[in-house]
Amino acid sequence: MHLALFIIFGVFCVAGALNLLLQRHPINSALSLIVVMSSLAVLYLLLGAEFLAAAQVIVYSGAIMVLFTFVIMLLNAGKEERTHGSRLAYIAGFPGAAALLGILTFVFLSRGGDFGQARLGEYIVTTSDLSRVLFRDLLLPFEVTSVLILIAILGAVALARKEH
Amino acid sequence: MNDALRILPEIVLVIAGVVLMLADAMMAKQSSRKPLGWLAVVGALAALAASLWQYELPPGTAYFGVVQTDAFSVFFHVLIACIVLVSLLITIDAVKDSTEGLGELFALMLFGAVGMMFMSGATELLLVFVALEISSISTYIMAGFRRKSAKSPESALKYFLLGSFATAFFLYGIALIFGATGTTRIEAIAAAVGAGNTPALIYVGLAMIIIGLGFKVSAAPFHVWTPDVYEGAPSPVVALMSTGPKAAAFAVLLRIAYGAFPLLHTHWVPALWWLAVLSMTIGNLGALRQRNVKRMLAYSSIAHAGYLLVAFTALSAEGIAAASFYAVSYAAMNVGIFAVISHAGEYDDRLTLIDDYRGLAYRSPLLGGAMAFFLISLIGIPFTGGFFGKFYVFAAALHSGLVWLTIIGLINSGIAAYYYLRVVTAVYSRPAEASPVMAVPRPSMPLLLALFLTAAATLVLGIVPTGVLARARQAAQTYPAFSQTAGTPLSER
Repeated sequence: MHLALFIIFGVFCVAGALNLLLQRHPINSALSLIVVMSSLAVLYLLLGAEFLAAAQVIVYSGAIMVLFTFVIMLLNAGKEERTHGSRLAYIAGFPGAAALLGILTFVFLSRGGDFGQARLGEYIVTTSDLSRVLFRDLLLPFEVTSVLILIAILGAVALARKEH
Repeated sequence: MNDALRILPEIVLVIAGVVLMLADAMMAKQSSRKPLGWLAVVGALAALAASLWQYELPPGTAYFGVVQTDAFSVFFHVLIACIVLVSLLITIDAVKDSTEGLGELFALMLFGAVGMMFMSGATELLLVFVALEISSISTYIMAGFRRKSAKSPESALKYFLLGSFATAFFLYGIALIFGATGTTRIEAIAAAVGAGNTPALIYVGLAMIIIGLGFKVSAAPFHVWTPDVYEGAPSPVVALMSTGPKAAAFAVLLRIAYGAFPLLHTHWVPALWWLAVLSMTIGNLGALRQRNVKRMLAYSSIAHAGYLLVAFTALSAEGIAAASFYAVSYAAMNVGIFAVISHAGEYDDRLTLIDDYRGLAYRSPLLGGAMAFFLISLIGIPFTGGFFGKFYVFAAALHSGLVWLTIIGLINSGIAAYYYLRVVTAVYSRPAEASPVMAVPRPSMPLLLALFLTAAATLVLGIVPTGVLARARQAAQTYPAFSQTAGTPLSER
C-alpha cells in the first residue's frame, strides 16, 4: 500500500514538474505546480510527517498557489515567447539539470545502503513536540524570520510605489 | 537575559530600523528624509559599540546553541557594523532631499546588517539560511532603488533571479546534509562526520553549499551577475553590497568548511583551490577589458574574492587569520573608492566610463587623491592595507605548501596593477579641451567623514597592522582543529 501510493504520487510529482517546465502558458505551469505541491504533501504524509503534509496543502497548494493563479489571471499573461536567451537556457540548462540528476541518482543508488533510516515522525508527532522544536530549539531562527518578512514588505512598498 | 546579550548588536540594529520606519511614517509628506540617515548612523554606531563590547563576553552559545559569540563572530560583527556605518555616510552624501524612498533605503541597510551579523555568528544552518536571505533580499531591493534609470531595475531583477537560484542550491545542500547526518547544527554535523561513516550524500550536500556561497561571494565561475549588478545599482549601495554581504558569506563559508567539515578537507580544499584560481584569473582578465569604472571594480571584486579563497585553501589558523584580515582591508579600500565614485558620479551615476574620470584630480584634488590612494591600495602597494592583506594571504598559502597557487596569485596581482593604474593615470591627466567640464559637487561633511574613516583604516592597516591582525589571530583560535598548525606567529617570520 505504502509503496503503491509512493509510486503513484511520485510519478504525479515528477510529471507535474516536467509539465511545469514544458508548458508555454503561465496558467498551465501554475496548475501543474499545484499538482506538484499536492503530491509532495502525500509523500510527506507517507514519510510520517503529518503536520508538514497538512501545512503543505494549506500553505502551498492553498494560499500561495491561489495567489499565483490570481496574479497570472489579473495580469492576463499570454504565452511566453522564445527568445535567444531562453533557447540558450535549453542548450545549457538541460544538460546541466541532467548532470545534477545523474550525480544524485548515482549517489543514491550506489551508496543507498549507507543512509540509514529516516526518523522523521518518530520524534515530532504531537503539537507539543512540534512546538518544542519551533519555540524552543529553533526559537531564534523563528523570530529572525520576522525580520525577513519585514524587509520583504518594506521592499515591496519601496519598489511598487508610484513615482511622483 | 544572558542570551539576549549575545545577540545585542543585532537587537540594537532591529530596534534602530523599526524606529526609523516609524519616524519615516510620522514625518510630513513633503519633508526631506535625509535626517533619517543620521538616525540610522546613530543606530549603526550603537551596534558597533555593542559589537566591541561583546569582546568582553566569554565565548559561548545562546538560544539553545543556535548562535555563538566567539572572537570570530565578534570580529565580523565589528567589521559589518563599520561597513554599514560608512555606507550610511556615503548614502547621506549621495542622495538629494527629493530622492524617493530614502527612509526605506536607510532601514533596509540596517536590516541587511542584521542578516549579515547573524550569518557570522550562526551555528545552526537554518539560522544561516534565514540570515543569508535577510542579507540577500535587502541587497536585491537596494540594487533596484534608482528606478528612473532602466539599468537599476534590470540589475535588481538579475541579481534577484540568480541569487534565488544560488539560495536554492544552498538550501538543497542543507537538506541533503540533514538527510545524511540527521542534524543541522554545525558541531553535531562535525561529530557525525567524525563518527566515520560518511555517506556520499554529505559530499553532494557540501558541494551544493559551496556553490551557493560561491554565488554570494561572486567567485568564478558563479560570478556572471556581478558586473551587471554593480553597474546598475546606486553607488552607495554597491559600497555596502560589495563588502558587507561578501564578508558575511565568507564567514559562513569558513564556519561551515572549518567548523562542520574539517575532516573532509581533502575533498573541499581542491574545490576551493580551483575556485580561487578561476576567480583571480577571470576577475583580472575581465577587468582588463572594461571601460566602465563600476564594471571594472566588479571584476576586481571577483579577483579579490579569489585572493580571499587562497587563504581558505591554506587550511591553517594562519590562513583563517589572513582571510579575516583581508576581508577588513578589502572592505576599507573598496568602500572608500565607492565613496569617491558615488560623490563624483552622484546618485544618478553621471560618470560611468574611465574617460569620464579624466582630470578628476584637477577638478577636485581631494577626490582625485583619495581615488588614486584607494586604487594603489587595491593593487597592493606597501604602506596600504591592500599590501598587508595580500602579504598575509600569500604567506599563509606558501607556509601550507601551496606554491603554485601563490605563483598564480602573484601573476594575477601583476595583471591587476595594469588596469588600476590606467584609472590612476586617467584621474591625474589633464582633461581634453573638447570634453565638457563636469562640475564635481563640493564634498559634504558626511563624505569627508567617510573618506577620512576609510583612508585612515587603509593607512593604519598598511603601517601598523598588528592590532587588527591580533584580533584576526584570536578569531582563528575559534577553530581548534587547525590552531595546532599555527606555528610561529606571522610577525616573527
